[in-house]
Amino acid sequence: MFNDITQFAIILAIMTGLAVVLGKWMTHLFTAPAHNIVERGTYRILGVDPEEKMSWKRYGMVLLLSNAAMMLLGYLILRLQAFIPGDSLQRASQAPDLAFNTAASFITNTNWQSYAGESSLSNFSQMAVITFLMTVGATTGVAVAGGFIRGLSRKSTGDIGNYWVDFTRVAYRLLIPLCFVMALIYVWQGMPQTLTADTVVTTLEGAKQQIILGPVASFETIKHIGTNGGGFFSMNAAHPFENPTALTNTLHILSMLLIPSALTYVFGAMIMRRRQGWAIFAAFLVMFLGFLTLTYSSEQAGNPMLASMGVDQAQTAYQAGGNMEGKELRFGIAQTSMFVTTTTAATTGSVDSMHSSLTPLGGFVPLAQMMLNNVFGGDGVGLINLITYAILTVFLVGMMIGRTPEFLGKKIEAREMKFVMLAVLAHPFSILGFTALACITPSVMASLANSGPHAFSEVLYAYTSGTANNGSAFAGLNANTPFFNTTIGLAMLVGRYLTLLPMLAVAGVLAAKKAVPAGPGTLSTSTPLFTGLLVFVILVVGGLTFLPALALGPIVEHLLMLSGTTF
Amino acid sequence: MREINQAAEKSSVPVMHGIARPVIVSAVFFMVVTGIGYPLATTGVAQLLFPDQARGSLIENGGQTIGSGVIGQYFTKPEYFHGRPSATSGPDPSDPSKTVDQPYNAGASAASNQGVLSKKLLDAVAERTKAYREENGLAADAKVPVDAVTASASGLDPDISIANARLQASRVAKARGMSAEEVLSLVDQKTTARQLGVLGDPRINVLQLNLALDAASKGRAATH
Repeated sequence: MFNDITQFAIILAIMTGLAVVLGKWMTHLFTAPAHNIVERGTYRILGVDPEEKMSWKRYGMVLLLSNAAMMLLGYLILRLQAFIPGDSLQRASQAPDLAFNTAASFITNTNWQSYAGESSLSNFSQMAVITFLMTVGATTGVAVAGGFIRGLSRKSTGDIGNYWVDFTRVAYRLLIPLCFVMALIYVWQGMPQTLTADTVVTTLEGAKQQIILGPVASFETIKHIGTNGGGFFSMNAAHPFENPTALTNTLHILSMLLIPSALTYVFGAMIMRRRQGWAIFAAFLVMFLGFLTLTYSSEQAGNPMLASMGVDQAQTAYQAGGNMEGKELRFGIAQTSMFVTTTTAATTGSVDSMHSSLTPLGGFVPLAQMMLNNVFGGDGVGLINLITYAILTVFLVGMMIGRTPEFLGKKIEAREMKFVMLAVLAHPFSILGFTALACITPSVMASLANSGPHAFSEVLYAYTSGTANNGSAFAGLNANTPFFNTTIGLAMLVGRYLTLLPMLAVAGVLAAKKAVPAGPGTLSTSTPLFTGLLVFVILVVGGLTFLPALALGPIVEHLLMLSGTTF
Repeated sequence: MREINQAAEKSSVPVMHGIARPVIVSAVFFMVVTGIGYPLATTGVAQLLFPDQARGSLIENGGQTIGSGVIGQYFTKPEYFHGRPSATSGPDPSDPSKTVDQPYNAGASAASNQGVLSKKLLDAVAERTKAYREENGLAADAKVPVDAVTASASGLDPDISIANARLQASRVAKARGMSAEEVLSLVDQKTTARQLGVLGDPRINVLQLNLALDAASKGRAATH
């Protein structure tokens, strides 16, 4: 117990320190006027003018179309995989609905996987489709956060920066160097990094064991630093090759939190209000700690059904105990709980345990965090989502005290509130709408692995994960059907672009406004009071929207567990 | 003021102006940089610095490759320590169109994904608990460590808890004609402590422990 809490404290302390260091670097990246020689060469190859200033509409259009072209390229390679030479295991091409789902999933930073990596992708596809889309998907998210913050920091101007410059710098100065160094640490810890497809060994007892290999380390780094989450192997970061030690597990956790937490610092630095950055950081952290406590305590308490069979789930010097179904021994309960909470907070979706086998309250946490979608959140989009709620908060408070709401010295008026509400509503609309559609579609029943409330949770989890661009699953669900591949694919696109683009519009509209000096009636947005109000608004809006659905899933399952009902 | 006017002028580039070429070129260009260049460069350097790990931490024993140090393998014989239950499956050797249970299949990692209230899960745990007690000569109401009767997430978990190993030690000792103390001292030797003194939980790599047991048995046979 003491050691567990020590681990949590160490990880969060390192995260806070790194947020400052990386935040400074990223601020420089987004604001420095000079381009280096490699970047200039890249702009020449792309045929773009790095000095062009883009309106939010042009910035958004370039983002949307370049993402579409990348997604299409990924789709084509997946469809043609069988014809690309070099795979000694001769893995087949993906079917159209599966390839659409995969390409949509990885370009939107979701990384939902309807396929099993071992049997479905060649090493070439793992690199040229998956590693590629994971890198550019994350780069897009961070870049657009730069454009967004720039928009909020400016006044009386028509532009929010240059998408190509933001994109190229994030890739060259941030993600690729970080991933390269981290990959070497990962290999040192026992992750493979080879082009060999597999090896067959004879075990100590004389059986044959086929071991799948590949360029795993270079995949794992961008997967976590980019808050992506798709696995090289079917069982993702629970697979010993994807996560060989407690140290790699810790580094995975820190990687996922790295950019989302650093962006709060970037935000404070770029709008010249450092305290505002920390107020947002605090809001993230308060919610995170609450969810972590819930996961850890319910997973360590274990499964009461097993206790009655004489299974020992107590934590002792000789075992970590707890609910160990679907967990790996080298992580135990503490590292696993931290990972579960982080991966769904930072909307990564990587898993080092099977979320479907979590206790009901342990499984409630990932669902709830993805529904809120702004406890740290994914690279770039997490901060943007939180600002959405910050604007909503000043609006609500402004209504209550009867003054024109202001945010960062700009008046918040009807036009931007419409964009904010579009971003706020697109998320539950997609989750609840698609879940309802699936519940009345007869063919869905055949995909379910569990029954009772857990079966409903499987479906709810799938659309929540897709819309939140998370990608983790209650993986009992067989999602590789045309219905799920198509609807989850659409949910991912809605969840990504229908929240990003409206907020880019907000940034563009606010950038064009004049600054108003703060008066006695201005609500300061960098105080603990505001952080409290913000968390309150997030929980109330999220609760009102999603509690009815949650009540049918994990909450009723928890009550049934206490009464001893099985399915 | 002039600066702002200039900015407004420059930003008045039409939304779609000259957009096609960079959009298409960027897709191909960044695919090559991030999807081919980056993983290949990493592979080159990793193979140079950490060749063993980069190739899968493979273990040689008596001239042949017997497994990977980080991937669990299936043990059933009484003279070996047994790993955790595994939910992996594979094609039936007699009829490849069917899928059968195949524990520790490193070609297809898998978990049960059963929820805590699932009858399938509870039946499986009850059965494993009974089998574990019988196998290790424990009383019918003896407490069984949770890791011994629950399936891991990957189906390839290489480790077991100390509690689990200690309960298996006397069975292993008996099957090998060793003393329980000898086996327990090997268990102690092969226990991996928390990383950096704080990360994770103490654990025992089953394959490494079993290799050490084989070496100890061989050493004894040679001296006798």
